[in-house]
Amino acid sequence: MSDTIPSTNSDGSPAAKPLHVPIKRRSFFMYAGATAGATALVLAGCSKEESTNPAPGLVNVGPTGANDLGVLNYAYALEQLEAAFYTQVKEGAYYKALGATSAEKQILDDLQYHEVAHREFFKAALGSNAIRALEPEFGNIDFGVREGAAGGKLGVLQAAKAFEDLGVAAYNGAGKFIQNPLNLLLAGKIVSVEARHASLIRDLLAEGTFVADDVVQVTTGGPIVAGGPSSATPTGLERSKSPAEVVAIANTFLKEGSKLDVSGLV
Amino acid sequence: MNILNLLSDIEKVDPEVFDRLDSRRRVFQHLSGLGGKLAAAAVPLALGAVLNKAYAGATATQASVLEVLNYALLLEHLEANFYNLGMVNTSITGGLSANNVKALNTIRADENNHVIFLRGVISAAPFSSTPVNPAVSDFDYTGAQGGARAALFPDVLSNAATFLAVAQALEDTGVRAYKGSATDLMANKTVLEAALNIHSVEARHAARLRTMRRGGALTDRASLVAAVPGSASTSPKSWVTGRDANGPAPGKTDAVYGPGTPATGTAATIFFPAEDNLTQASANIATLLNSAAIAGLTSPNATLAASEAFDEPLDMATVKAIARNFVRTGTPTFALLS
Repeated sequence: MSDTIPSTNSDGSPAAKPLHVPIKRRSFFMYAGATAGATALVLAGCSKEESTNPAPGLVNVGPTGANDLGVLNYAYALEQLEAAFYTQVKEGAYYKALGATSAEKQILDDLQYHEVAHREFFKAALGSNAIRALEPEFGNIDFGVREGAAGGKLGVLQAAKAFEDLGVAAYNGAGKFIQNPLNLLLAGKIVSVEARHASLIRDLLAEGTFVADDVVQVTTGGPIVAGGPSSATPTGLERSKSPAEVVAIANTFLKEGSKLDVSGLV
Repeated sequence: MNILNLLSDIEKVDPEVFDRLDSRRRVFQHLSGLGGKLAAAAVPLALGAVLNKAYAGATATQASVLEVLNYALLLEHLEANFYNLGMVNTSITGGLSANNVKALNTIRADENNHVIFLRGVISAAPFSSTPVNPAVSDFDYTGAQGGARAALFPDVLSNAATFLAVAQALEDTGVRAYKGSATDLMANKTVLEAALNIHSVEARHAARLRTMRRGGALTDRASLVAAVPGSASTSPKSWVTGRDANGPAPGKTDAVYGPGTPATGTAATIFFPAEDNLTQASANIATLLNSAAIAGLTSPNATLAASEAFDEPLDMATVKAIARNFVRTGTPTFALLS
């Protein structure tokens, strides 16, 4: 079952408008009749009759299963992006030139394993409720260099930093949408590993920047939650991002037809 | 949205849902208490709140948001004091590279800012409460609990390597503590997200401390030093591999990477396995990784990677027991952690 709009017109030509994978509560209703099967996450559902007639007033935050499908698919989308990135890194000239026992090879290998583990976990857990495999667009990344020139393409480590920091900010900003504590706990198990990744990648680029003011309130204040109340002084808090802020960045790394719509996550 | 259908379907997944909710009658009393005044669209929100409360208390007594905030504050004081004491000691800073001193001072600033932030949250509405305020002298980072027993880390505030080892244990504990208590904060979304925003910073700190221990206290580019496979105690990766061979000081730091209480459960309950756990919500992550057929990834390494890819939570009682190692017996702080 797919919840995506076809990426081409009926004659096979590319569709004119940007196409989005809807990650929102309504997609739940499209699946509500499907058997959960081996789904491991706690995805309590609604009855079949409502699946054909979603109430228009219920597109935002809703009860347990309904919303968690949206937010879990949001996480699945980001993990797909990260896993695809590190898999492509390993095909690139920069990685291939690394020494067999170098720290960076060890680190990039681990990061690929971890992100593939996250992706495969969500894929298995969501089962038939999962969004489709997304197609990445990495044209802005030069897989042949560690760091790109200013204003040019991102090097491998710069892109890794962007993805890891984005992942942390995204999980932190999405926790409040999770209705079931078991799913919040699962997200928590993953986000701290993303933060460990971000810490080390940042240090590889500039030692001692594992936390810096662009991602954590180290020297200046700001919103303590995405779009929420602000502190005038630094709090030592991560600068979390709302789903809308996250997809504005993530969509630049996804092909047309694979771009994300998180308007249901509000 | 038909609430009866929803509960009925949840019951298929979780047969005990009605027990968790105390009784059907109480749920519907709760909802009818809101009834009429709320638009239909608001009912699922209310129900979500009921379910959160029910599930969050599924396996342990649910802590109140204020209780968790004070618990987090105690842990932040434990960390902040540690860096405040250590980083003014030249016998420690003299044993560290320039970048490592800078990193530890950044961590110190973050932890002190966490203290200030949490004190502010507890003092402000809706809590308007007086935050716990442990005295610096309540803490004893040697692990001797103020002389109640032999020291675990006698040179912790004078030896850079010991200082880093204890720091790693404290930060890794902090990550597990925030993770384990996040579900108790779901009733207040702002507090929840703020706590998550501390949780990830603790994880960044923990990773950096591991990087420094791997690279060496006097190494300026610690991140460029590879981990020695099979030597997780002395050469940890920036993430936790299995139980990390029981941590930086085996025999003393085992609990930081071990199981909490309860240690086991089903996919429908909250439990606190050790860091070498491979099963997430019924899925064996090592099996999934093997099935992904990544070139060069052997089965033993897939098992290690599967444990690394997920950090595990710890329950409040287990975290408090770890923290008590660094607190003098007979102090108010020791009592708060008991």
